[in-house]
Amino acid sequence: MLLQIHEPGETPEPHALERGQAIGIDLGTTNSVVAMVSGSHPEVLRDAGGDGLVPSVVAYAYDEPLVGRMALAELARHPDLVISSVKRLMGRGAEDIKKLAGALPYEIAADAAAGGMVRLKVGDRVLSPVEISADILRALKARAEASLGHAVEKAVITVPAYFDDAARNATKDAARLAGLEVLRLVNEPTAAALAYGLDSASEGIYAVYDLGGGTFDISLLKLQKGVFQVLATGGDAQLGGDDFDHALAEWAMKRTGINGLTSGEAKILLQAARAAKERLTTAPGAELKAVVAGHEIRQSIDRGTFEILIEPLLGRTLRACRQVLADARLSATDVKGVVLVGGSTRVPLVRAIVADFFKQEPLAGIDPDEVVAVGAALQANALTRGSDTLLLDVIPLSLGIETMGGIVEKVIERNTPIPVTKAQDFTTYQDGQTGMLIHAVQGERETVDACRSLGRFELTGIPPMVAGAARIRVTYAVDADGLLTVSAEERTTGAKAEIAVKPSYGLSDDEMADMLRDSLTYAREDMEKRLLLESRVEAERVLLALRAALNADGKLLSEAERAEIDRVAHAVRERIAGEDRAQIHAAMEALDRATHDFAQKRMDIAIQMALKGQRLDEVEAGMATDGAR
Amino acid sequence: MAVVEKLGGDGAGAQFVPCWSCKGPVAARALFCHTCGAVQAPGAVDHFTRMGLAPGFDVDDALLEKQYLGFQRVLHPDRFAAKPARERAIAQSQSVALNEAYEVLGDPLKRGIYLLRLRGVNSAAADDKTVSDPALLMQAMEQREALAEAESVDAVENLMIAVGAQAIQLLSDISRAFADDDLDSANRFVLRLKYARKFLEEARLKRAALES
Ligand SMILES: Nc1ncnc2c1ncn2[C@@H]1O[C@H](COP(=O)(O)OP(=O)(O)OP(=O)(O)O)[C@@H](O)[C@H]1O
Ligand SMILES: [Mg+2]
Ligand SMILES: [Zn+2]
Repeated sequence: MLLQIHEPGETPEPHALERGQAIGIDLGTTNSVVAMVSGSHPEVLRDAGGDGLVPSVVAYAYDEPLVGRMALAELARHPDLVISSVKRLMGRGAEDIKKLAGALPYEIAADAAAGGMVRLKVGDRVLSPVEISADILRALKARAEASLGHAVEKAVITVPAYFDDAARNATKDAARLAGLEVLRLVNEPTAAALAYGLDSASEGIYAVYDLGGGTFDISLLKLQKGVFQVLATGGDAQLGGDDFDHALAEWAMKRTGINGLTSGEAKILLQAARAAKERLTTAPGAELKAVVAGHEIRQSIDRGTFEILIEPLLGRTLRACRQVLADARLSATDVKGVVLVGGSTRVPLVRAIVADFFKQEPLAGIDPDEVVAVGAALQANALTRGSDTLLLDVIPLSLGIETMGGIVEKVIERNTPIPVTKAQDFTTYQDGQTGMLIHAVQGERETVDACRSLGRFELTGIPPMVAGAARIRVTYAVDADGLLTVSAEERTTGAKAEIAVKPSYGLSDDEMADMLRDSLTYAREDMEKRLLLESRVEAERVLLALRAALNADGKLLSEAERAEIDRVAHAVRERIAGEDRAQIHAAMEALDRATHDFAQKRMDIAIQMALKGQRLDEVEAGMATDGAR
Repeated sequence: MAVVEKLGGDGAGAQFVPCWSCKGPVAARALFCHTCGAVQAPGAVDHFTRMGLAPGFDVDDALLEKQYLGFQRVLHPDRFAAKPARERAIAQSQSVALNEAYEVLGDPLKRGIYLLRLRGVNSAAADDKTVSDPALLMQAMEQREALAEAESVDAVENLMIAVGAQAIQLLSDISRAFADDDLDSANRFVLRLKYARKFLEEARLKRAALES
């Protein structure tokens, strides 16, 4: 087989490193969309009727969950078995849910009160939002597979920019349950900008105002030469069209004097409110009709009244807009274009206030429901096939650590570009203290209570010292998905202490393992398969590197030495073709030993050349500065 | 790891180490191996070197941005999505190093503190150490009082304009001090800049409170 050497940093054409085609998924509160790039164009995958939106609704009325329109159709018959807007619960604890206003269309499982991620009681099942989201993702994956005619295993999934760490992790877990490897979590407004930016090679500062069903994001991006650089992002992970529906439903309940709805009845009323709301986008008046609790609700509403109801909610979005401009040290007039995203931006009053705030007519060239998925597909394509565009994103909310007295010390400020790593030193406050509780929180407020708890990490094994003598370095690392990893180390003794992670609102590793076991489609073999794949990729890398080294310095070897290396390399190639991960590793280790002397010779030659004053490093020094163009 | 200093070379940067991937020699500062193309771990270089800029307080923002984006273009982990996990991790650490350098060099206050540290001066502005500049403390106290007494947006903004002008003046003072290699003055001006910044931040908060 012919091996190719790639340009530095270039993503190779899929052959030896083939990792399959990847799809882009907008996992929305109300609607989800799956798209992919075929040829060079992004395409939304539609049903037979041409509909690209899959309602994010799951019905658990039968053995197999139903997703989308079919699930919606079950609402009238089985209101208590149909779950919608589950995205609002991602990464949330039972306590958080109680804080959400209005009649909740969910039944919270009793045992969830103990803490950890909230669970819903759906008929006789108890389900976490992660499992329900996984069912939606499975349906989207199936749609893509049906359209492609083969299996799909990789995806870029979008999340609200304002999603916190717990919600991001929950999304990634859901994908894993659905048998999808997440190549990257991309922020929804960033994905939308990507979809727009590629269309109209525009440069300058753009604002993306994304008001969907359950979340609001506002992002400011600087576009230049294919780089999409997020300058600041803000929003509200609990604000969207759902809240308009709640406002309308509460208005109707007040007018009719009905209260104390069951969660099933609340769902039906909210559905009716939503229909009325959507009619008001094009009509001056609408009627809200529903039968709940044995009463018939019939209320006419005009657009003006509706606008009064939602005005305070829109005020909250403008406050976030002001904040991001301040964070980016920009004013509204610096913004060259405003992109509207999300179904709720169809509401005329939303368009009007955005136009008024930014003093310009917003862009709405691409369907606001589909633009995020299109961006996700473009990014999926860029990650698997290479691209000239680059997304540089930020963290939406500051990451901090609890200090004495429940005060938060910020470790990474909001709007810091990712990936990022920051460390901070702490000390012990008691003589002989051997442990320390590290509590990671996210949010802008100064007290722990007012921030979200992400997880507690117990650092143990600190050698006993007098108070204040230990130097404990806590490191926060945020990757390009916006996910946090915390580590801690005692520095004076160099003892690296163990940390145990207890995510506050996530799934524990055990829970995840149980769910993977339970899930019918993907089980342990899947995990094993993935590890095998990763080993193969690594082994290919080793062979490519060896080939490059032999091309450059093969002349340093005698024929016998060369033959021996070729023989061992061949053995690696054979193992790659096999199915045994352990054997691949053993063969790679053998190759490492077989090439040890060769590597040593190459280094020795370099030293000799250096002694002769030859500028061996010139080539690379040149490459180092070529990086910036 | 074998690090070999090239004899008779020009010192810094004239070193090479084995490439983690093909094991051959690669310049310690190289981003990619010239033999196998693998991305290399970010070396322990200063932020200016990393960005390909001459060290100094005066940094051209447009050039800094151009360098930053140029390096991110080739080093960001998204460029390595199809590569083995190890290469992705190395790319991530390169990208982290770039973000850190960009943050420090892009902000005059952080840049000043950093430049002092490179010259062996641990600036009081670097952490919340006690300050022994009576003139500065006096001025800061007066400005605070004035801010506390300001009762209108206009009054706050007038203070902001005055302190803002001081901050701009401080930038050229710092620049000159570094140019003259007068690290004591540079250190003093950097600390003043920190106080001016802090004041402006508080004034912004107060203005926002008055506006709403
Ligand atoms: N014509 C319309 N008028 C008013 N609202 C509408 C209209 N069409 C859709 N919506 C609302 O838009 C919301 C759904 O928008 P979208 O599909 O963009 O959200 P999502 O992506 O599912 O949610 P999110 O991005 O918050 O997770 C719903 O609240 C829906 O009622
Ligand atoms: Mg959306
Ligand atoms: Zn190499």
